[in-house]
Amino acid sequence: MIEPPKMKLVLEDGTTMVGTSFGAPRGAAGEVVFNTGMAGYVETLTDPSYRGQILVTTYPLVGSYGVPAPREPGSIARPYEADRIQVQGLVVQSYVGAYSHHAATRSLGAWLEAEGIPAVTGIDTRTLTRKLREHGTMRGWVLPADMDVERGKRAAHAVEMKEEVFRLVSPKETVRYVGGGIKILLVDCGAKDNIVRSLLERGCTVVRAPWHTDLAPLAAECDGIMVGNGPGDPKDLEPLILQMRALLGSYPRPIFGICLGNQILALAAGGDTYKLPYGHRGVNQPVQDLLTRRCYVTSQNHGYAVRDASLPPDWEAWFVNINDGTNEGIRSRTRPFFSVQFHPEASPGPEDAGFLFDDFLRLVGAMAKRSS
Amino acid sequence: MYGAYLPKKPKRVLVLGSGALQIGQAGEFDYSGSQAIKAFKEEGIFTVLVNPNIATIQTSEGLADRIHLTAVTPDFVERIIVKEEVDAIALSFGGQTALNCGLALHDSGVLAKYGVRVLGTPIKSIRDTEDRKLFIDRLNEIGVKTARSHACLTAAEARAAALDLGLPVMLRGGYALGGKGSGIVETEAELDAAIRRAFDGGVPQVLVEENLRGWKEIEYEVVRDARDNCITVCNMENLDPMGIHTGESIVVAPSQTLNDEDYQLLRSIAIKTVRHLGIVGECNIQYAFDPLSTDYRVIEVNARLSRSSALASKATGYPLAYVAAKIALGYTMPEIPNAITRRTTAFFEPALDYLVVKMPRWDLGKFRGANLRIGSEMKSVGEVMAIGRTFPEVIQKALRMLDIGVRGLDPDAFVFEDIKDKLKNPTPLRIFAVAQALRDGMTVEEIHEITKIDLWFLNCIVPIVQTHVALQRRRDLLEEGELLAAKKLGFSDQMIGHLMGKPRTEIREQRKRFGIQPQLAQIDTMAAEFPAETNYLYSSYHATATDVAPSWRKKIMVLGSGVYRIGSSVEFDWCCVNAIKTASDLGYETIMLNYNPETVSTDYDTCDKLIFDEISIETVLDIYEREQPYGIVVSMGGQVPNNLAMRLAKAGARILGTSAENIDQAEDRNKFGQLLDRLGIDQPKWDHATDAAGAPAIVKKLGGFPVLVRPSYVLSGAAMSVAQEIHQLERILARAKAISPEYPVVISKFETHAREIEIDAVADHGELILSAISEHIEDAGVHSGDATLVLPPQTLYIGTIRKVRQIAAKIARALSITGPFNIQFLARQNEVKVIECNLRASRSFPFVSKVTGQNYVAEAMRRMLGVQTPIENRSLDLDYVAVKAPMFSFSRLVGADPMLGVEMASTGEVGCFGDDVHEALLHALVATGFRFPKKGVLLSLGPLQDKYWFADEARVIAEQLGLPIFATPGTAAALASLGIACTSLGKEQADGADAVHAIENGSVDLVINIPREYDEQGRPDGFWIRRRAVDAGIPLLTDLQLARAVIEAMRHRKLSTLSTLSYDEYVTRKTVALR
Repeated sequence: MIEPPKMKLVLEDGTTMVGTSFGAPRGAAGEVVFNTGMAGYVETLTDPSYRGQILVTTYPLVGSYGVPAPREPGSIARPYEADRIQVQGLVVQSYVGAYSHHAATRSLGAWLEAEGIPAVTGIDTRTLTRKLREHGTMRGWVLPADMDVERGKRAAHAVEMKEEVFRLVSPKETVRYVGGGIKILLVDCGAKDNIVRSLLERGCTVVRAPWHTDLAPLAAECDGIMVGNGPGDPKDLEPLILQMRALLGSYPRPIFGICLGNQILALAAGGDTYKLPYGHRGVNQPVQDLLTRRCYVTSQNHGYAVRDASLPPDWEAWFVNINDGTNEGIRSRTRPFFSVQFHPEASPGPEDAGFLFDDFLRLVGAMAKRSS
Repeated sequence: MYGAYLPKKPKRVLVLGSGALQIGQAGEFDYSGSQAIKAFKEEGIFTVLVNPNIATIQTSEGLADRIHLTAVTPDFVERIIVKEEVDAIALSFGGQTALNCGLALHDSGVLAKYGVRVLGTPIKSIRDTEDRKLFIDRLNEIGVKTARSHACLTAAEARAAALDLGLPVMLRGGYALGGKGSGIVETEAELDAAIRRAFDGGVPQVLVEENLRGWKEIEYEVVRDARDNCITVCNMENLDPMGIHTGESIVVAPSQTLNDEDYQLLRSIAIKTVRHLGIVGECNIQYAFDPLSTDYRVIEVNARLSRSSALASKATGYPLAYVAAKIALGYTMPEIPNAITRRTTAFFEPALDYLVVKMPRWDLGKFRGANLRIGSEMKSVGEVMAIGRTFPEVIQKALRMLDIGVRGLDPDAFVFEDIKDKLKNPTPLRIFAVAQALRDGMTVEEIHEITKIDLWFLNCIVPIVQTHVALQRRRDLLEEGELLAAKKLGFSDQMIGHLMGKPRTEIREQRKRFGIQPQLAQIDTMAAEFPAETNYLYSSYHATATDVAPSWRKKIMVLGSGVYRIGSSVEFDWCCVNAIKTASDLGYETIMLNYNPETVSTDYDTCDKLIFDEISIETVLDIYEREQPYGIVVSMGGQVPNNLAMRLAKAGARILGTSAENIDQAEDRNKFGQLLDRLGIDQPKWDHATDAAGAPAIVKKLGGFPVLVRPSYVLSGAAMSVAQEIHQLERILARAKAISPEYPVVISKFETHAREIEIDAVADHGELILSAISEHIEDAGVHSGDATLVLPPQTLYIGTIRKVRQIAAKIARALSITGPFNIQFLARQNEVKVIECNLRASRSFPFVSKVTGQNYVAEAMRRMLGVQTPIENRSLDLDYVAVKAPMFSFSRLVGADPMLGVEMASTGEVGCFGDDVHEALLHALVATGFRFPKKGVLLSLGPLQDKYWFADEARVIAEQLGLPIFATPGTAAALASLGIACTSLGKEQADGADAVHAIENGSVDLVINIPREYDEQGRPDGFWIRRRAVDAGIPLLTDLQLARAVIEAMRHRKLSTLSTLSYDEYVTRKTVALR
């Protein structure tokens, strides 16, 4: 048996950790982030919000239940959240190749390799996570162990994070998923497929439009707008912010934002966002509804947050993160516009906040009826 | 905002404990009850506790404001409700015992009558979870699937239901803890007997359910507050699929074979179900989950803290019982701070960055006749939890923690004749059969086909077996990478050495040369996402850095008691916790090392640093070298740490208190025998047999049969037996694996009709500081752990007491004891012989400490740490009497003979007080399930002299208690000759009028059976009488002296005249000095 090659993770502060490759044995660069979920690697790896990042899992065993068969072109079936793996690289404590699950047809390693994504096992991810927590998110490189670091850094594949990344993760053109009578415009800057599935399950027709198209005509034909999640810094999406600002001023029907959508709405409304030291990535983030005081366990994946104090007077904070007090959602005091920083569509993670889709669609339905 | 929604806070809360430890209900409830009391006390609520389990932390000073060491039964609790004027009651912290008692108090209107509010989950919700039919109906309302099932009130109904569902079916007794009376029935031939057993013990209904064997078994722990906030704290997956009780299963947390869709599906159903049922506090939900689809069944919901919740608390660091108690008072989760991070709240779901494995520990070999198979009934007596980063690492740790003499998942550990049978029909050793099968070339698929164990687990075992085989072939030194790889797979130094034919110490040295050492990682509930101040740690070879550096403070390290087993349980945990507290009070930093999730010592706020890991020479030395404590305490955790003393001392570690050499002098029979001879102290005659052939000559030298046969280093009489005659001796010796000069067998004179006395004491540099003498009610020959102890002694001669003290003082001086010790004596007339001496805290330390009001452990610790405050010894001058009585779990052990002997068989104990021995004894017996007879007494009294010795008591039964006596023929004849009226019954099930039938038809409600004869297997006669009594839940007494004491006590006291004085009302009594 041929021993798998050694790989190393190098951080911008010079930290080097050596492990063994279990994906594609090539170099890659990206922001190194950690996720604390204990299951859900297929969903996480395909979540476009991770585009450009090297993912570290804190749960030590990864790969246990394998990976299902690839989906047909055009399909948006579970558990995949996009057509391809989005991360730049994957770093785990202990890769499990001998998977076991009735739904699996291939190992995680085989999938990563097929998609050309490097992955390293044998890294003490707890110690690595502590470092990222104390230092804040860092840039890093996954490289073959024997490769010279400087040469490796130059050669490693990286994603241009500015506006470019948003073009990579959004569809080339508008896609329509025909369902029920209510029609929702999903503004896609890297939206997870489960947002589409969540809307379809609830009887909607979904118009999935890339963020850079002209949204106004599409919005006009729809009963409501959903602004989805995505990677990177929301401030790099200036064109979308401007489009949304216009819609906030004129759109008569509900708008609901998720994750990046929360930040876009805040910026469009005149608020501000900032970068969190190491973000929220996991499936156990507790949030509280500031009005009802009810609490929910939510799935999250974001590195930026809305600054509460920056919100204009006609907007208010809606949800707060109980752990660190950061903003988890905002809403207009006067208009049917609201958004959350967490992922009510879950996948991976708890489905506790799924009722937000119901609330949104109830409102959409009510307003559609009124106007018709 | 804190407490914003708090309804009217109760003023005085009654907490019900779980009573004596028994199979299915063990130390975990000391942990949950203690946490609840702590939570209530923080709120300034006056807390009253009812729990007769005297060896618990919760019944110790500093927790509850008022402690009642009485039975958790509706009549006693009602009287305590009145006496203590409580306005609220907490039912969910004392297991099924507390819950059942609470339901009874509610149904009888007692709670309403005295205006007592039930805290937490309302009675209706409890009822909905406890009654199978209601439960299924409630879950149907929300479309949640339960196993297809019929609740049956009669055997005929059950039979019809079983045939309707189609065999195989699962039978379960409703309202029964630990799945008692449950099992899978495969064939129609087994059906009737199984149904009868399920209905035994007064179970009102029996469930007949569809068979889900082979499905995955998954559990979630759920917390919900009164504002409907709801979380799942942890999920767990059983390695053993459905068909094996979760208490009997190897369990891993978090689940390993569920993907996110599966995980969230079951999580969402859990939350939906818990909301619908209206649970307020904590509960667990168990699922069967189809391995081939997402089909599921909810098996049950436990609307209370459970064994699983204690495990989940330890596995995640989330204090479930504490949070449940706060929720019961009306707090919402976001109002309760997270005790681990201290910056976040209780509303979150822990993210683990490690995994844990729970392994049950069985002691089935201790029960004569017990069925060795495991299944849907709980039989295990303890459990361990191992923490690490990979399954191989944790499973190997866990197996070593069991302390059953294995070095890990060793395919060679046991010899299996029919390996396929061992895979198919689970026993406690199945995991070893799996390893052996893999070693012998069976594929994981083949093993999966037979066992239904998920391939994931089997695949994880493969590298262990491969490495095992590879190491066996190695004789040269391992390279650094190879050694590290083996350590990461959980191999101990000893195992590596054993496989390579090298001593453990050589592997250790090599490991140190390479700088390979385990690192300590925090259990922080957040996977390092937030900084945590937690002191809760485990070690792993996968970690490359330690989370918490050693401090510079002067510190001590206490070694815990490890897994609970017959002979070592919560009492040693009490000793460890008190040792920690004392050291802490003296200004030391404290490190606790233990791996038992059922304990209070592994609660992270008990000590400064909790290391949840193995108690082995390897691990202790690793920690010792890293932390550099001032010393190690080996004398508080029972035999597990005590056995390490010598090796630790040899490795240069400082043992606090009595020196390791002197501990060894007491443990080694030869050395100890010589010491006693030197000191002129009498002992029963004994000798070593180094081969079987020499044994008869030794017996002759000792003065003939009966003799006691046992190995060195014993605890709870493991493998100890009495031989009455030569054939029996031969059989016993044949059972011993090896007899050699290295492993001799000790044969000693078995003294009959002697009293047994114990002294528990503390000494300082050989001077006796504290001592308490207890007498056994039973004659010598009943294991001290199964005996009924009386303190202060009521029937000993003053001369005997003096002699016992003198001997104790002599031994203390000779062994220069500093710290705790215990000596057991035989006494006949005024002749006193020493049977055994342990230079450590004994099982009875909590009992004597609480009875005398003087904490023996605290005093021992002070002396071990050089603090010498004068203290007065007051163990004899007490104005009350206390009795410690054993709790047996025979009803759970199908086929086991409920007999007392030199092998310990009890699983727990109680300690109760009274004005006299009669009152204390009756309190203690009621607390262990005894009920005053109202219908009739069955006597079967063994040897002729026993029959006559019992004559006075028989007369009391007939004349003063006014109960009809039924007796087996010999006994009946003897009683008739004394003019005592009785009905004679045949011994076996020959006809309808026999003794067994009298038990079954309910005409007797007390059985006194003293066996007379032993069959060729050494089994006493009357098995069926005893077994049917146990199965029918009828009190059984098998010791003549105890039976006499009980009848005498009932002559003096009725149930209604037993007082309900609290613990402090006894111990604060002014004693009458005997000067």
